[in-house]
Amino acid sequence: MDKEPILEVRHLSKTFGTNPVLKDIDFDICTGDVISIIGPSGSGKSTLLRCINLLEIPTAGSILFRGKDITDLGKDVFSYRAKVGMVFQSFNLFDNLSVMDNCTLGQVRVLHRDREEAEEYALQILSRVGMAPYCNARPRQLSGGQKQRVAIARAMALDPEVILFDEPTSALDPELVGEVLDVMRDLAEQGMTMAVVTHEMAFARQVSSRVVFMDEGVIMEEGAPDELFTDPKNDRTREFLGRYLSR
Amino acid sequence: MGKFAQLLQDVLRLCTKYFPIYFSGMKNTVLLALIGTVLGCMIGFVCGVLNAVPYDPKDPLRKRILIKVMRAVIRAYVELFRGTPMVLQAVFIYYALPYFTDGAARFNSVWAASILVVSVNTGAYMTESVRGGIISVDPGQVEGAMAIGLTHVQAMMYVILPQALRNILPQIGNNYIINLQDTSVMFMISFTDFFAAHRGVVGATYLYFPSAVIEMTGYLTMTLISSFLLRRLEQRLEGSSSFELAVADPLTLTSGVYRNPASGELFGERSRDFIGKE
Ligand SMILES: Nc1ncnc2c1ncn2[C@@H]1O[C@H](COP(=O)(O)OP(=O)(O)O)[C@@H](O)[C@H]1O
Ligand SMILES: [Mg+2]
Repeated sequence: MDKEPILEVRHLSKTFGTNPVLKDIDFDICTGDVISIIGPSGSGKSTLLRCINLLEIPTAGSILFRGKDITDLGKDVFSYRAKVGMVFQSFNLFDNLSVMDNCTLGQVRVLHRDREEAEEYALQILSRVGMAPYCNARPRQLSGGQKQRVAIARAMALDPEVILFDEPTSALDPELVGEVLDVMRDLAEQGMTMAVVTHEMAFARQVSSRVVFMDEGVIMEEGAPDELFTDPKNDRTREFLGRYLSR
Repeated sequence: MGKFAQLLQDVLRLCTKYFPIYFSGMKNTVLLALIGTVLGCMIGFVCGVLNAVPYDPKDPLRKRILIKVMRAVIRAYVELFRGTPMVLQAVFIYYALPYFTDGAARFNSVWAASILVVSVNTGAYMTESVRGGIISVDPGQVEGAMAIGLTHVQAMMYVILPQALRNILPQIGNNYIINLQDTSVMFMISFTDFFAAHRGVVGATYLYFPSAVIEMTGYLTMTLISSFLLRRLEQRLEGSSSFELAVADPLTLTSGVYRNPASGELFGERSRDFIGKE
């Protein structure tokens, strides 16, 4: 059964100066997909997510969101970004705002919800990630794991159609990784569409519906997690996974 | 000891006799410094923000030229007013008007001229501070703002400028304290500030040193009080170091107020711990 594609990436290339970082990437995200993107550092995984969110402008190729090319959205780019949530490795919570205001700013300013409604909704979402008691705290008063859970809530508060995660647990102390992965696992089980750049191979294997292996700006291999992890077809994939499994 | 007793006597005599002159001078000094600093900050914020408008090689030529011209004008303004003494700027602006109009137009208020000079001068310094304040905000904050769909202007208003303001608050305070003292040059255009009071009093009494003692004490009092108030303001903007957990959860209730040990400010002065509760 074919699922409905939310995002279709076609022949995407991105060059910084003379350095080609993404080369002719083709890639779909469909409703309900949980895609893990793995690969060595510097292979272009972050750049791919940043192009999808238009934090970087693609050099060539196209990205279709529900059939429309996102590079000529004009003023709609802002509401597009709200529909495509982003969770960063370094959290990027607004330091000057409370946890609550972090989760209402976009609702009020981008989606034009009224404040009361936005706060009620933010509280609902914050309790889903276990952070409702901290709604009056400032980001600097939270641990890394708590910050990341708030960052996930901030993205979810805008009712995105897909959330992009860029190494959400890489900046965390090992004992805090679990709480963030648990939140993400819950989201996946509730049917949230997600694309996750990660080095957490166990998570990728258990939670995702599809795994993408990237190297040197190219998608080398892509497939169901059981297949890709137990029987990789590509030498690079095998070598990369080998390094992880031997650790 | 006799000299000190004499000095004390002279000081007291001057204080009682010329109190209204000294006092109104002090009042004018504080008012001019305050208004000049506030207006200067506004100028600085406008120029600093305009300076930070990003452009992209792909933007239309007109927009790029406009931004470049704007930056050049702001640059010229900053260099001109940082690069000349305020006393000259005062004279320059005050006498330019009657010179060009053959006396037909002049500043009919010394206040207006003084406020103009002090704010434009402060604005030049603040433009640079604001630019620095904006640059020093973590780029991740802009990315976070972009990622939830805010426009550049919204990101500035709700995320970047509040953080930039907090970053440059010490410099604003510094400017205010400098202005308290440097407005003394406005006597050149007959502004009656605290220092002008000194000139008036010694002209009548020839008690140069006792009056200077009063002036020193007066200026120091003004700046010390200002420093103290500014410190308080900074701490307020910094926010409380502890927060109330919002939900009555049996596990967290016992701890009541939660404070993350890792969150303590390393910079002692700003730490809330030194002054306790909000
Ligand atoms: N803004 C940029 N300017 C120039 N080069 C960049 C920029 N961002 C990323 N790169 C380069 O692109 C390559 C891929 O980076 P990235 O997408 O962050 O990889 P990954 O996330 O897989 O580690 C790296 O070689 C990096 O140096
Ligand atoms: Mg990366």
